Amino acid sequence: MVSDEVIKDILRQNEAMSGLVDTLGENDDLFEKGLDSFGSVQLMLALEERFEVEFPDSLLNRRSFSSIRTIRETVTKLTVGAAA
Amino acid sequence: MDSLPAFDTDAIAEGPAGPGTPAPTFLDRLFDAGLLVRTGVDGLYGRSGAFESVVEALDRLVSRLGGADGAEVMRFPPGMSRKTFERSGYLKGFPHLAGTVHSFCGNEADHARLLACVEAGKDWTEKQEATDIVLTPAACYPLYPTAAARGPLPQGGLLFDLQSYCFRHEPSLEPTRMQLFRMREYVRMGSPDEVLAFREQWLDRGTKMMAGLGLPLAVDLANDPFFGRAGKMLANNQRNQNLKFELNVPVNSVEKPTACLSFNYHQDHFGTTWGLTQADGSVAHTACVGFGLERITLALLRHHGLDLARWPADVRATLWG
Repeated sequence: MVSDEVIKDILRQNEAMSGLVDTLGENDDLFEKGLDSFGSVQLMLALEERFEVEFPDSLLNRRSFSSIRTIRETVTKLTVGAAA
Repeated sequence: MDSLPAFDTDAIAEGPAGPGTPAPTFLDRLFDAGLLVRTGVDGLYGRSGAFESVVEALDRLVSRLGGADGAEVMRFPPGMSRKTFERSGYLKGFPHLAGTVHSFCGNEADHARLLACVEAGKDWTEKQEATDIVLTPAACYPLYPTAAARGPLPQGGLLFDLQSYCFRHEPSLEPTRMQLFRMREYVRMGSPDEVLAFREQWLDRGTKMMAGLGLPLAVDLANDPFFGRAGKMLANNQRNQNLKFELNVPVNSVEKPTACLSFNYHQDHFGTTWGLTQADGSVAHTACVGFGLERITLALLRHHGLDLARWPADVRATLWG
């Protein structure tokens, strides 16, 4: 189950995001809120480890990590794909 | 005849010159002509006086093009502070390219063991330890902390002129991919509008400069060679935001042309990393234009031949007046 709470827990590990996580809506643009390129890479790696998925090359871009909702939907698809 | 054939697909394919005789590669020809000097390490070469005369002429040409802009000239050695290097973030993206300087830090007994290992052809590096110096990966890396230490930028920002030997650990038989090479740079620091205007100006100047040297070229969106899977994401991000352009010239092949100039917008990466601020206190943005002096020289040799005296008169006039 990919919950917003788990995603927020992972976002809290990011220095730029840690103080903002509780105020984030699911559609807020994380990059506008201060997430940078290296931060998005760390987020990607943390999501892969937590949900035991691997983002395909086609999803390795800012868009895939732009909001909590996008992350939830993307990771959900990957976990469903992995379970199938 | 000591000039290369015209740059066509036959020449690029480096196909056999005759039965059982492979045609010499471009690198072989550069060695044979004495323009580059073998050292036994791929990507590490000596340069002849003729080769250097082109590098120096290109350096002067870049100075002429940018001279009226009033850049502050700064030259750093090809090594930089390890602490500065670590803080720069280079290791996040390019751990595979970095070069560190290590020195012997043992005692007399360790020295004896070192010599025995050398004698026996065994690994002698056990007591080599990292020093405070790493090899400079890009001419501008030592600049950012230096500029930040001066305090906020003045109104209108700053412009710097740099040149340095740079190191990247990527041994290759392509002469254009040297491990130690010279990079000339202009670096602009200021507001996003100021640094983007600078980049646009140099996209135009650089293109005219290279076309004026009689080189076929294309300016393309590009990305840095970031490491690993994480690097794919960084590369995609860089492309999606139009942060890097390269001016490419076919040198080794038409399919994989060589980046001779690059035009980079770092956004606030270095400003944030080094606490570099604008006059109003906001984080400074930076951009740079980089000239690969050996790469441009090699492009000229590839397209105009290995005998500099026979280069087109207008190219010679541009370079040497």
